[in-house]
Amino acid sequence: MTEDMSQYPLRLEGDNIPMVRFQNVRKSYGALTVLDDLNLDVDAGEMVTIIGPSGSGKTTVLRMLMTLETINGGVIYVDGEPLTHMEKGGVLVPANPAHIRRIRSKIGMCFQHFNLFPHMTALQNCMEGPVQVLGLPRKEAEERSMELLQMVGMADKRDQHPSRLSGGQQQRVAIARALAMRPKVMLFDEVTSALDPEVIGEVTNVIRKLVDAHNLTMLMVTHQMGFAKDISDRVCFFFNGAIEEQAAPSDLFENPQRERTQQFLNAVLESN
Amino acid sequence: MPYFEFLETYGGRFLEGSLITVVQFVLATIVSVVVALSFGLMRMSSNLAVKSFATVYIEIFRGTSLLVQLFWIFFVLPLFGITLDKFTAGFIAVGMNMGAYGAELVRGAILAVPKGQWEAAKAINMTPAQRMRRIILPQAFVIMLPPWGNLVIEIMKGTALVALISVTDLMFEARQINISTFLSVQTFGTALIIYYVFARFLITPFMRFFERSMARKIGRA
Repeated sequence: MTEDMSQYPLRLEGDNIPMVRFQNVRKSYGALTVLDDLNLDVDAGEMVTIIGPSGSGKTTVLRMLMTLETINGGVIYVDGEPLTHMEKGGVLVPANPAHIRRIRSKIGMCFQHFNLFPHMTALQNCMEGPVQVLGLPRKEAEERSMELLQMVGMADKRDQHPSRLSGGQQQRVAIARALAMRPKVMLFDEVTSALDPEVIGEVTNVIRKLVDAHNLTMLMVTHQMGFAKDISDRVCFFFNGAIEEQAAPSDLFENPQRERTQQFLNAVLESN
Repeated sequence: MPYFEFLETYGGRFLEGSLITVVQFVLATIVSVVVALSFGLMRMSSNLAVKSFATVYIEIFRGTSLLVQLFWIFFVLPLFGITLDKFTAGFIAVGMNMGAYGAELVRGAILAVPKGQWEAAKAINMTPAQRMRRIILPQAFVIMLPPWGNLVIEIMKGTALVALISVTDLMFEARQINISTFLSVQTFGTALIIYYVFARFLITPFMRFFERSMARKIGRA
């Protein structure tokens, strides 16, 4: 089934264009549809949290935006420009690697299992992108990285390899590494799920700082309902590959409109 | 003839032969590392022609006898206009053969690097080449060192075959001495011990040391 691409704008124009737009995005693995016709806008500076049962497609949303997964339909826009597609002869065609790299430079991501480079120290992890990808001089990259390690409270561990750091410490370095690329959009994929309960606070405090600074657009998948309620501008509840309900956190958590949202929240709150 | 007298008479020739064996071994190892790395990476190429070429190479060199390959390179290639002296033909044949095994080790090690590392490299917007060179290969290298320890010993033992195209290595000298003295036990016993000492007391400790220091570098020890 080929899609009529003329329904998609070549770029988003006007005032107040969203930083991220998913338009009719479809994702399936063979016969299994993971996301069906997803439409979601995230405004610049907004913090949107995605919650939902496992298998509801919430992590896939982030992975598609980071281009770790290809999409099977629709278009993703970042900062007004298509990410998954590019213009050719007045119509959108699937993007080539160069185009994807150019748009992808605006996005940073942190993972559930940190994924720090084990053969590099904390500082080298942060400097790798700025030096190799952005072509910054080493001195400048080091200054930038140290500033960020300071911000996440890891400056004193700059010369440690990841194997010598705790989970919470590794995740904080991973946040610094992503920020060193100066992204406009940050994605947090269950960044506290692999952590011991007593160190979750170290990581959530760093994310809180980023929210307070107000200059990043953020998308977060989490199971920490309290944290989501605290810091989000908007919460999306995913169910069966679609947004079942989205609202401001106070509304969604205290007055959910849909039955499935209520069931999910009840189940989560009971287990806590 | 007592053994020490035998050693006194022929020790020098064993030594000369051993020296050639060491040089053949070092050169063959270098060839096999280069072959393994290039064909291992080509095996993973998304370009079908490149990938098939590497697969065919690996199949041929793993699927046929090293001795036959050695004879091909030394006796048959000249008929197609490629003439190598026996010394070069020797370590090239051993290196190309062992490199085919090494290519599979390289490929396996690259695939063994956790998927999260590929994704993290992509998330900081690295090109595929940067990702391979800066992130994946350094980690794959540490993963593949232990199996390479075995392969390196195989390479050393494999060099004994170059005696059959008259490279004057340890095995060649041993056969010459045997022909003139008929002291088979002493001759081949000595050769056996020298090969064993090389493998067990030189190569193995070196590879262990190498493994440990690389593991330390990656922060895993």
